Amino acid sequence: MAKIDTKKMTFKVFRFNSETDFLPYYKNYVLDVRPEDMVLDVLDRIKWEKDGTFSYRRSCRHGICGSCAVKVNGKATLACKDRVSDLVEIFGEDLVIEPQDKGRTIKDMVIDKGTFWDKYNMVQPYLVADIDEAPKAENLVSIAEVEKIDEADYCIQCGNCYYSCPSVNVNEGYLGPAALAIAYRFNADVRDNASEERLDIVNNLGTGIWDCVKCFECAEACPKELDPIGKITKLHLQTFDDDMAENNVATRHAYGFKPSIEKHGLLDEGELVKYSEGIPGVLKHVPVAYKMWKKGKIVMPWKMPKSKNLDEITKLVKIASTTKFED
Amino acid sequence: MSKLQYALYTGCTARESTPELLKSTMAIAEALDIELVLLDEASCCGASHLQDFDDQLSLTLNARNIVYAEKLGLTMVTICNTCQLNTAMTKERLDADSDLKKTINSKLKEVGLEYQGTSEVKHFLYALVDDLGLEEISKKVTKPLTDMQIGAFYGCHNIRPAHMQNKSNGGESSYAPTSLDRLIVALGAKNVEYEHKNKCCGFHVELQAPQTANLLSGTAMLDAIDNGAEAIVTPCPLCHLRMDTQQAHISKAVGRDVSIPILHLPQMVGLALGIEPSKLGIEHHVTDVTFV
Repeated sequence: MAKIDTKKMTFKVFRFNSETDFLPYYKNYVLDVRPEDMVLDVLDRIKWEKDGTFSYRRSCRHGICGSCAVKVNGKATLACKDRVSDLVEIFGEDLVIEPQDKGRTIKDMVIDKGTFWDKYNMVQPYLVADIDEAPKAENLVSIAEVEKIDEADYCIQCGNCYYSCPSVNVNEGYLGPAALAIAYRFNADVRDNASEERLDIVNNLGTGIWDCVKCFECAEACPKELDPIGKITKLHLQTFDDDMAENNVATRHAYGFKPSIEKHGLLDEGELVKYSEGIPGVLKHVPVAYKMWKKGKIVMPWKMPKSKNLDEITKLVKIASTTKFED
Repeated sequence: MSKLQYALYTGCTARESTPELLKSTMAIAEALDIELVLLDEASCCGASHLQDFDDQLSLTLNARNIVYAEKLGLTMVTICNTCQLNTAMTKERLDADSDLKKTINSKLKEVGLEYQGTSEVKHFLYALVDDLGLEEISKKVTKPLTDMQIGAFYGCHNIRPAHMQNKSNGGESSYAPTSLDRLIVALGAKNVEYEHKNKCCGFHVELQAPQTANLLSGTAMLDAIDNGAEAIVTPCPLCHLRMDTQQAHISKAVGRDVSIPILHLPQMVGLALGIEPSKLGIEHHVTDVTFV
C-alpha cells in the first residue's frame, strides 16, 4: 500500500441517467481521501455528501456479494476491496470511475447485467444429480475430488471478468469467462451428472471455449483470484479427455502442434495452418501467404528447421503424451 | 558492469515467419555487448494451444527447454511473449509443486535430463530495460529517433498474469505498463499514450474467429494512430504477425485504413543504434517501414 496522507483528490466520475440523458458526461468530485479509503468509501461519500442522485450498487462491503464492481481507469475493481491508495500507485492521482460497461448503463454505475446472467444460466450453473432425499449415509467426497473443483467455487458473480473480456466486447455470443469458469466448477464435481451437456454447450465454435483469446484479462480482473482462464484451459482439456472434442479448425489447431513438434521439434507454421483449416479452408489464406512468401516469411516444408537433439523431443512426445484425439 | 550473458530461446516464429526478429535481436545484442547463446536444442513451447490439448506433454517440453538454459548456468531470455508465458508458467508450476516436478522429471530422465529450477526466465525487453538499463542504451544511441512518434504495444503474455510475470518484468503493472514507453523515450522518440497499448491483438483466435482477431487488432491500431502514432513497436512476434501481415483484413473489419509500420522491439533499438536496416531484416515486413 502506498503511504499517502489524507489529501484532497479529484475523482472524475461517469454520470448517465438512461431515462433523462441523451449522452453520458463526467463530473469531477473533490474529496478528502484517507489512506485507508476504499473505492466504495468514495462512492458513498459522493452520494452522501455531494449528490444524492448518484447511483451505484452495494451491499455486503466484505467482498462477497459482488454488487459494487466498477472500473477505475479501465481496471476492473470491486469497490469494497480495492483501496484508493493502491490505484494511485498504479495510475497516479487522476482517477476516473466508470461503470463496468458504459454501453449498458442504466444509471451512473448501475448497469444492465442481463446478458451476463443469461449466459451464466446457459451452462446449468448448479449441481445436477439424483438426490436421495432420505440418505442412509453421508455422501462422501474425498479431499482429492474437492481439490479438482479448485477455487472455481468462490465466484461471486461480480462480472469483473466478463466486462474485462475483449472477446465478449466484440463477439456478442461468446459465453465469457464467468459462465465458463462455473461450467468447469460443476463439471469437476464428482457428484454432478451433467458434464456432457455442459461440454456440448461450451464446446461450440463461436460462443464457447475456443473463442477465448487467451489475454488473461479475466485472471487480472477477478477479485477472488479464481483464475477464470485457467478453468477455460481445463475445459479445453476436458473436451479432449472426455472424447467430446469435435473435429473442427480449433481442435485441429490445438492437436496439430503435437505431430509437428514430434517431427521437427519446432512448429511447422505452414503445415499447422494447412492441417487446421483443411482444404478448401486454407485457400483463403493464400493471398496473405503469397505476400509473406515474397518477403521471405514462409519456410518451405523441405527447408523446415529442426531442433538439435530432436531424438529427445520425439521420445518425450511419445512417453509424455496423455491425450488421444482422432482427427 | 560485467558482460551480460543469456541463453536465448528463439521460439519458432523467429526461425520461420519473422526471421527479422532473430536477425535484429542478434544485431543489437552485438552492438550492446550482450552475449546470447542460442538454445538450438529447444522445441516449440506449444504456443498456449498444445496446453489446451495435453498438459503433461506441454510441461515436459517446456521443462526440457529450461533444462538447456540450466546446463549453461544462464538466465533464459525469450523474444516472443507467448514463449515467455508458457515457459514461465511451466517454471512456476514445477517450482511450486514437488510432486509435479517429480512426474515431469521422470519423463525427462528417459532422455537423460533433469529440471532443477535454477534458471530464471525473462523476456529480452526486460533484459534490456532492467538488466542493461536505459542509461546504458542511451549512451550507445547514434541515430536518435528524434521527431518519431511511436506507440508501444505490449502484448498480453509479457504482462499478464501479473503475479507470475512480475517475477521477471520488474514489477510492471499490467494496467499501466511503462517499460516499452520508457525505452522509446530513451531512444530519442516520443511515446504515444493510448488506451489499448496493453490490450489483446487476437492472434490466438485468428483461425477460428478471424473477425474477433481483426476487430481487436484494429481497435488497438486505430487507437494508436488516432493518438498520433507513426509506427507501433511490439516485443511479441505474434502481435507483429497480426498487425504487419493482416492489415488489409483488419482495415476491412474496422471500416478504416489501419496502415502503419509495425516494428519489432529490437528493430526499433537497432535503428537508434545506427544499425543498417538490412541487418535488422526490415525488408521482411509485409507493410513497408516507410521511414527508414
